[in-house]
Amino acid sequence: MSAFVWLTILTALRILARNRLRAGLTMLGIVIGVAAVIAMVSIGEGAKRAVQAQIATMGTNVIIIFPGVTSASGVRGSQGSAVTLTVSDALDLKKRIPLLADTAWSRRDVMQIVYGNRNWNGPINGISPSYLTIRDWSFTSGGPFTQTDLDSAARVALIGQTIVGNLFEPGEEPVGAVIRIKNVPFRVIGVLAPKGQSAQGSDQDDVIFIPFSTAERKVFGTSFIGSVGAMFGSTDQVEDLPMAAEQIREVLRARHRLQKEQDDDFTIRTQVDIGKIQEGTSETLTIMLFAIASVSLLVGGIGIMNILLVSVTERTREIGVRMAVGAKRHHIVMQFLIEAMTLSLVGGALGIALGITGAKLTTLIAGWPTIISGNVIMLAFFFSLVVGLFFGLYPANKAARLNPIEALRYE
Amino acid sequence: MSSLIECEDLWKIYRVGYVEVQALRGLSLTVEQGEFVAVMGSSGSGKSTLMNIFGCLDQPTKGQYRLNGIEMGNLKPDQLAGIRNQQIGFVFQSFNLIPRTSALENAQLPLFYRGLSLKEQRAQAAAALGRVGLQGREHHHPTQLSGGQQQRVAIARALVTSPALLLADEPTGNLDTQSSKEIMRILETLNRDEGITIILVTHEVDVAAYAAREIVIKDGQILSDRRTKARPMSSPVEV
Repeated sequence: MSAFVWLTILTALRILARNRLRAGLTMLGIVIGVAAVIAMVSIGEGAKRAVQAQIATMGTNVIIIFPGVTSASGVRGSQGSAVTLTVSDALDLKKRIPLLADTAWSRRDVMQIVYGNRNWNGPINGISPSYLTIRDWSFTSGGPFTQTDLDSAARVALIGQTIVGNLFEPGEEPVGAVIRIKNVPFRVIGVLAPKGQSAQGSDQDDVIFIPFSTAERKVFGTSFIGSVGAMFGSTDQVEDLPMAAEQIREVLRARHRLQKEQDDDFTIRTQVDIGKIQEGTSETLTIMLFAIASVSLLVGGIGIMNILLVSVTERTREIGVRMAVGAKRHHIVMQFLIEAMTLSLVGGALGIALGITGAKLTTLIAGWPTIISGNVIMLAFFFSLVVGLFFGLYPANKAARLNPIEALRYE
Repeated sequence: MSSLIECEDLWKIYRVGYVEVQALRGLSLTVEQGEFVAVMGSSGSGKSTLMNIFGCLDQPTKGQYRLNGIEMGNLKPDQLAGIRNQQIGFVFQSFNLIPRTSALENAQLPLFYRGLSLKEQRAQAAAALGRVGLQGREHHHPTQLSGGQQQRVAIARALVTSPALLLADEPTGNLDTQSSKEIMRILETLNRDEGITIILVTHEVDVAAYAAREIVIKDGQILSDRRTKARPMSSPVEV
């Protein structure tokens, strides 16, 4: 049996080699289909990995709570326009919800920062010290401010890499320097490690952190003392995020005395939600890829079936001879199935090679990250095998059902 | 010992549209081991149908056909394929070699379906080619061989399985006189020296003259059955 299979494969390869152009054109559908899938999946995987890395820069197991919107005579303001969240909300949440490992709050405004003869307009964030741990900020030099700085409304600042680049000479040490924000002098005590772009595409390193109390009293000129721009919470386990979010919602509704029919005056987002939005995007992409791949594999399969039907007709006499000398039905079926699978597998292999080349070229030329996974290659190979098997079955059966007498007489 | 071929009251009826064609009409025949039989008859006489039934390519509508004592009427297509592979060698008028495939591979073909190892296939096929005088031409393709040589490859392919029965359907029909003589001498030698039973279909009297027994078929029945040469061996014909 194995001698039979080997010889049949050799015969099939020889027939393909003899009709190179025909075989090449027949395989083209499979080649293009497989190559498209490999290239697209590699690019998609690369993009997904990049997005996952961006989401991870948000921090670990983070919940973000924004204030609701203002509403005047039915006209609603933008998200966060209302001042419904306060520092005491944040403190109370931490007290009442054991699932929350920590809470933090922040308020931001864009203001001019001056250092020496340079200036820059950047977002000033008044934060509680816990913010830095929740959002996973680390330092390249210096360090964070403390609860004492918050309590005393100290004029200290932490600056991001973009600010460093715009205010300081290359090589100049920012820690210890005094910068002015709205004419208030601040001593730089820490330089933040870079985070790069956020999942939404904004520059996370264009940032200055100062103690919340200092911001409130000396920089922003807030009309509602204690109102915050956003609150943050974190949990120890990712699985706790949805439960913690629900509990936050209950506590805040109670604190804000909202009636049953009233909407929340705040919005809660967890890191998992944000991840899901991104996953949803890549899932849509995957489904589209699958559709494209299915269509091209289908077309490729029909091409193979077509050429095999031609081959069966051309070789009717040969089939008759084979039957006369003792080929059983399964021998004939096997012969044509192996020919079909050889076509589809050679096509699949060429497609894989082309797809990998395409992905590498994309990285080289466009600079997009690509990840070529072994699973996709296996899958592509498997699918080309299945296509060959499926579309070879009909021609193979047609050949095996020939009447040997008529096949021998066929002109 | 039973006869190699025993047919009793063979009928073959085809239906072509609404027309019923009776290709064989109650034909009975016995062929012994080692005989060399020529079957003659005009086209449409039913001789091709008879050869197809002998060759297990077709089955009778009615009647019995026993090869080596085994009834063939009830066998399934794959069982018939097995019988063809084990017991029957075919030589066709148009050679029917597989194109673009070497003489050796053509001769190997029946062994290929026996599932022999490649080495055995090659050795036996080379030996068969040697028996028909084609040493040194194992790797020639059909297009590189003359008609007579192609027919010799076909004979080698028929011989390679050491069949009980060799069926030659107009083996010289596409050949010139010289090649025809060569082919007939090979068949004669195989019959005489190796005792292979040969049934030969032909139109030509001088080709039929190589056989020891001549059967003429007309309208699906035997018109005459006569011995043209004394049989060199084996027992007399049973009736």
